[in-house]
Amino acid sequence: MTARTRPTAVTRAEYCVIACAEVWRGAGEVLASPMGTVPALGARLARLTFSPDLLLTDGEALLVGGGPAAGRTGAPEPMTEGWLPYRRHLALVATGRRHVMMGASQIDRYGNQNISCIGDWARPSRQLLGVRGAPVNTLNHPTSYWVPKHSPRTFVERVDMVCGVGYDRAAAAGPSATRFHRVPEVVSDLGVFDFETPDRTLRVRSLHPGVRLEDVRAATGFTLHVPDGEVPHTREPTAEELRLLREVVDPGGLRDREVPPCGP
Amino acid sequence: MTADGVVARLESGMTLGIGGWGSRRKPMALVRALLRSGLTDLTVVSCGGPDVGLLAAAGKIRRLVTPFVTLDSVPLEPHFRAARERGALELTELDEAMFLWGLTAAGQRLPFMPVRAGLGSDVLRVNPHLRTVTSPYEDGEVLAAAPALRLDAALVHLNRADARGNAQYLGPDPYFDDLFCEAADTAYVSCERIVDGEELARAGCPQTLLVSRMFVSGVVEAPRGAHFTSCVPDYGRDEAFQRAYVRAAADPDTWAAFVKRFLSGDEDDYRAAVAAFTEEAGESEESEESKPAAAGTTAEERR
Repeated sequence: MTARTRPTAVTRAEYCVIACAEVWRGAGEVLASPMGTVPALGARLARLTFSPDLLLTDGEALLVGGGPAAGRTGAPEPMTEGWLPYRRHLALVATGRRHVMMGASQIDRYGNQNISCIGDWARPSRQLLGVRGAPVNTLNHPTSYWVPKHSPRTFVERVDMVCGVGYDRAAAAGPSATRFHRVPEVVSDLGVFDFETPDRTLRVRSLHPGVRLEDVRAATGFTLHVPDGEVPHTREPTAEELRLLREVVDPGGLRDREVPPCGP
Repeated sequence: MTADGVVARLESGMTLGIGGWGSRRKPMALVRALLRSGLTDLTVVSCGGPDVGLLAAAGKIRRLVTPFVTLDSVPLEPHFRAARERGALELTELDEAMFLWGLTAAGQRLPFMPVRAGLGSDVLRVNPHLRTVTSPYEDGEVLAAAPALRLDAALVHLNRADARGNAQYLGPDPYFDDLFCEAADTAYVSCERIVDGEELARAGCPQTLLVSRMFVSGVVEAPRGAHFTSCVPDYGRDEAFQRAYVRAAADPDTWAAFVKRFLSGDEDDYRAAVAAFTEEAGESEESEESKPAAAGTTAEERR
């Protein structure tokens, strides 16, 4: 493999990885289920640094642990620490000991998510995956979302099919639905968003460095809640986090394939 | 038995459960036998992959019961998409947990299982037959009642089996194959190799003996019988062939040529055609980069 020279400047993809890693800060001893490249890198970085108790799978049926503690060099040695076939994974969901980061083909201001189809469900203009586990995930444990390309086609006024349940729909469904329901964060290539508003609608928490508020507004199909005063920036990675990300977690630069480097 | 012999015992209009998951350990030799048959008007219950795609393309599915259809390394199944977009099949779209517990309920001869899933989502809107159930205890919780997914027949593929129907998986995940067999009036197991009971016992620890003969009506020896889906540790997914399948599905003429080349003969013809394809396509395919996954799809969902 040829050695690639990396810019020392932090890239957009790297801010996204940091933002995703932060989703699992303080999560404790639970399964982190990242879907998508950047969330997977974020979960691994979180476990190597500030959330060492996290559990991860190999993407199939094994729980894999191991790897050196932060500060040691070398790629982590995967070590099997458990067995999690799909049936047990689904049973684990109901125990609540999981924080998943799913993708979203559509997401609305209340955090309702759609990965099933675009258009009328009875005769979709574009069939996608199906609901998968989004309904059970959202009712049983924290469910965050990752959107690699923030656009008005993804951040929509109303999703065409509610798969992952948002705050308004959970409330309308009653106490069994709200009991364990939580959508902590939505991370996109433009920023980090949460629902920390009185009416539980999407709020800008931080913008990735280089992103302006008007960029986010233009890329969102509904009115975003913007906090008063200066909108903070997504935090900088520490030197150690950057080293781990570039040398240990993602030496091949997969992150750039999901969030391409942007121009100056 | 033979795959065609299994299909001869099935009838049009039946509800068929198909084991495996996405593009993993699908009973493809049995699916190919279905494609060769005159069976139609089927209700298919499956965590869908190319089994659903092929049967949909052949117009054999009246209704599909599923939480998703995917090819895993290729996020979206092209024939399933086309069938949905032209309104060619009815769909019962369930959450994965509702699917698992519905299958379990059927095996346990229960009408439903309570699950905390579906409430607040459009799963309840698009399935008006679904009901909730109220806890009879103090908590009074209202939960979804995942209905039993009872099957006329189940089709599954495992790594090994003995002639009596005890079947063994040697990969990391049993998927729901035993639950499919228990939920069905009749179950048919295809396998890579039929071995004697002693070899079965030696091949893996007792926990690998997933399916018991008491739930199995027939066994078929079908080497490479999950191709082009994965059947680890015997073989992985044939990514090059799967990509060719996806490319062919994009155009009616190309698809007709694909069917003529691979799906117009019996299983021996299929294996020969695949071998020829692999020889031809090997080198150019291997250099092709795999595409990054779309939103919400990686091997990790379990995702």
